[in-house]
Amino acid sequence: MKFAVLAFPGSNCEMDLYNAIKDIIKEDVELVPYKSQSLAGFDAVLIPGGFSYGDYLRSGAIARLSPIIPALQAFAKSGKPVLGICNGFQILTEAGLLPGSLQKNVSAKFICKDETLVVNNDHSMFSSAYQQGQLITLPIAHGDGNYYCDQETLKELVANNQIVFKYTNNPNGSVDNIAGITNQQGNVLGMMPHPERAVEDILGSDDGKGVFQSIVKHIKSRGVIYE
Amino acid sequence: MNKVAQPIQTEATPEQIRDQKSYLSMGLTDYEYGLIKDNVLHRLPNYTEVGLFSGMWSEHCSYKNSKPVLKKFFTKGQHVVKGPGEGAGIIDIGDNQGVVFKAESHNHPSAVEPFQGATTGVGGILRDIFSMGARPIASLDSLRFATPKTDRDNYFIQQIVAGISAYGNCIGVPTVGGDTAFDDAYEHNPLVNVMCVGLMDLDKIEVGAAAGVGNSIIYVGAKTGRDGINGASFASFQFDSDHESQRSAVQVGDPFTEKLVMEACLDVINNHSEALVGIQDMGAAGLVSSSAEMGSKAGGNGMVLDLDLVPQREAGMSAFELMLSESQERMLLCVRAGHEDDLLKVFADHGVDAVVIGHVTEGHQYQLLHHGELVADVPVDSLASEAPVYHRQSAMPEHLKHADNHQFQPQITNPTETLQEMLGQLTIASKEAIYETYDTQVQTNTVVAPGSDAAVVRIRHYDKALAMTTDVNGRYLYLDPRIGGQMAVAESARNVVASGAVPLGITDCLNFGNPEKPDQFYELDQAVMGMSEACEKFAAPVISGNVSLNNEYDNVPIYPTPMVGMVGLIKGLDHVTTQDFKQAGDLVYVVGKTGAGFNGSQIQKMQTGEISGQLFDFDLDYELKIQQLITNAIQEKLLASAHDISEGGLIMAIAESTFGNQLGVNLSSSLSVSQFFSETQSRFLVSVPAENQAKFEQMVGKEAELLGAVTADNHLFVQATNGYFDVDVDKAFKIWKGALSCRLK
Repeated sequence: MKFAVLAFPGSNCEMDLYNAIKDIIKEDVELVPYKSQSLAGFDAVLIPGGFSYGDYLRSGAIARLSPIIPALQAFAKSGKPVLGICNGFQILTEAGLLPGSLQKNVSAKFICKDETLVVNNDHSMFSSAYQQGQLITLPIAHGDGNYYCDQETLKELVANNQIVFKYTNNPNGSVDNIAGITNQQGNVLGMMPHPERAVEDILGSDDGKGVFQSIVKHIKSRGVIYE
Repeated sequence: MNKVAQPIQTEATPEQIRDQKSYLSMGLTDYEYGLIKDNVLHRLPNYTEVGLFSGMWSEHCSYKNSKPVLKKFFTKGQHVVKGPGEGAGIIDIGDNQGVVFKAESHNHPSAVEPFQGATTGVGGILRDIFSMGARPIASLDSLRFATPKTDRDNYFIQQIVAGISAYGNCIGVPTVGGDTAFDDAYEHNPLVNVMCVGLMDLDKIEVGAAAGVGNSIIYVGAKTGRDGINGASFASFQFDSDHESQRSAVQVGDPFTEKLVMEACLDVINNHSEALVGIQDMGAAGLVSSSAEMGSKAGGNGMVLDLDLVPQREAGMSAFELMLSESQERMLLCVRAGHEDDLLKVFADHGVDAVVIGHVTEGHQYQLLHHGELVADVPVDSLASEAPVYHRQSAMPEHLKHADNHQFQPQITNPTETLQEMLGQLTIASKEAIYETYDTQVQTNTVVAPGSDAAVVRIRHYDKALAMTTDVNGRYLYLDPRIGGQMAVAESARNVVASGAVPLGITDCLNFGNPEKPDQFYELDQAVMGMSEACEKFAAPVISGNVSLNNEYDNVPIYPTPMVGMVGLIKGLDHVTTQDFKQAGDLVYVVGKTGAGFNGSQIQKMQTGEISGQLFDFDLDYELKIQQLITNAIQEKLLASAHDISEGGLIMAIAESTFGNQLGVNLSSSLSVSQFFSETQSRFLVSVPAENQAKFEQMVGKEAELLGAVTADNHLFVQATNGYFDVDVDKAFKIWKGALSCRLK
């Protein structure tokens, strides 16, 4: 199968994702520039962290106007997996592919450290490699990671089982300790923690591998390769 | 010479500059103005030309006061590919790879505008690295502040940290380490030193030179505005209470633009080298500095720039302003004639503005055109390589002449209480409140993040890594600049060695007072000598550096503070070692003899409020011997942990080693309680798995004392000859971890 990693001006985790997929998950992967207008030939799309357009105006607000976004929206609509990490999560909410938004951390500071997450839904195409309730350690590195949505939306997220990862020790003020959510269809996941930074023991943890392995398992079990 | 037009604005005429001595306010002395007038131009310089010289002949650009001192540095080594002189130095680490590193100070800008001062410090040093063709892989920050007392003090610290965080995080270069210390010697002159480390393929080296008549000069990056006008000259003044308002001399950073410029420049260097002759960052003294240095280095040619072509953020900028602006995120390239369009297209693809603004000419003149007229016409070498050099007078400071040769004796009635008080000292306490705001992991190569002795960054796809650290204890240098300079290098080497590396080389930021005052120049001169002696001893040459002088306020200088940034090579990933005790049962040793190291120590400061007396003894040969023992033990895989013993002494090293894995210790020693706070150099605290005991003891012989073992009970107990330390690790940890974060809230 083949992953696309989108790269916007100011993205800075695209190579980290690329390396994780190529060297650790050992699947095909290609960088796709923001100017491209097609995602044909890809089985899954990853949107990396960083500071697209310097986070100017609002995190993700300018990136969602990029030429690649209509193709991304079509890709998501087709039901194939889309994973946005950190700034990628922010772009997904700005692009209307996920509900809610990401505000400044309550501390008003950028925070980079390991956080313990609980797997709140092990049925999604991004988390089937984990067990329900499993505790995993992933790094966070963000200034705007405070997930917000209104009470009605939160009720829907809960009812539809869209909350995939939760913090055990909320670092940023997110509603309901949310660290990662999917859309209603379950094929678009946004998460603030960085699974691609936790794929090797030498870097402190390999708990993040499960996110990518789940995607691979989902695609391969459906036999939808290079359709 | 050609007719030189006078500016239309209300700039002073050449005669007014001479008569009113307005060059003084631009940073030139009577002597220097005379040189320009009588020896260089043989006429009166106009306003723009005086500006060019004031920027280029500032200490910041010309090193006119420090050059004779810097020549004393040990710079040789078989692995040195490029030493001091270029943007950054390069050391060969095998496999066609070079490690590139340099440090830069942004003290003066950070003292007036802490956030932007810090951001632009990070931005500037990154450009120095990628202009060599290297991709930045890590940054470190060495910070010195006064102990915060007021909200304003807190604001300055927080804004400086926020500035580093904002810039480094955005551009995607991990901030992996550094050091922070607090002392009121830095009350009016905080130190903000930033070091950047890059990695390159050795067959892709670029240098900042413009050669070849007809080749084009291309301006790349952000537009030029009125920020930081003549900042280099500003940085070379001292502050005093009568001149608080120097805000316009500080620049504003835009990390997003820098990221685009960096990617574009690395693309050009790696993939279009046939078109590129030279590349240089527009740093201090902006356009004039980059272009004149590039022209002068090439040798044998001149240069003409048309200032109307310079991208401008504001209307009506004068030639003086365009040349001396220190607007950020700009680079200057020299490009082979005929290849201009190819490169302009590469930059356009990266979304970066680039424009041809001039070309290399016959002759030796540096000429500027503005509104179609010649506004400056000076020999290019007169700006750069021929700047004046001063050999300053040196005299031992008064406080060193009559220093008490007795070591301070700590007063300790309750060792556990003294230990807890020490853990809460800001210089000792955890710096997590600072480094938690830095992205330490982006690029996913950080093996050891901040918090251990040195940071460790692996080289992807190779079984090797780089250890990096910044260190200096200004208190030691205040008591003895030469020995203190040796100790600064020795401590950085100990940190690198404790992490499993062998020292490769150093960069430095020489933060000192006013070189025109003999007692302050003495400190600079002696410190450099001491550093150089240590560098030679450890075979760690100086490959780059930076000088920040005039760090004084109302005629009181800071402590002499030559920040040492060292990089070491870890030759196998299984050599990576951290300071944390790993498991109960491991044996704990102190390696290296403990003496009475109290003058200049943290406990002297804590108990008396001051630093005084003669600095304690130090022996470079013994230091090297102990370091080599540790290196051998690590390479033989005998150690579970290793920690350099520095500020606060052995007891701090013991406490810190228990924190990471929340283990305890049960130790007893032949040392007295006081000696546990001694800052005697050349010592490590190590833990050794029991099965390695015989082999380790045979290796270290009488240089190590077995103290006891790591325990699982989360309790620290240390028996000294005349008392004991006894505290729950949890409790000690909370004091240590909370001290700084409480202050910075």
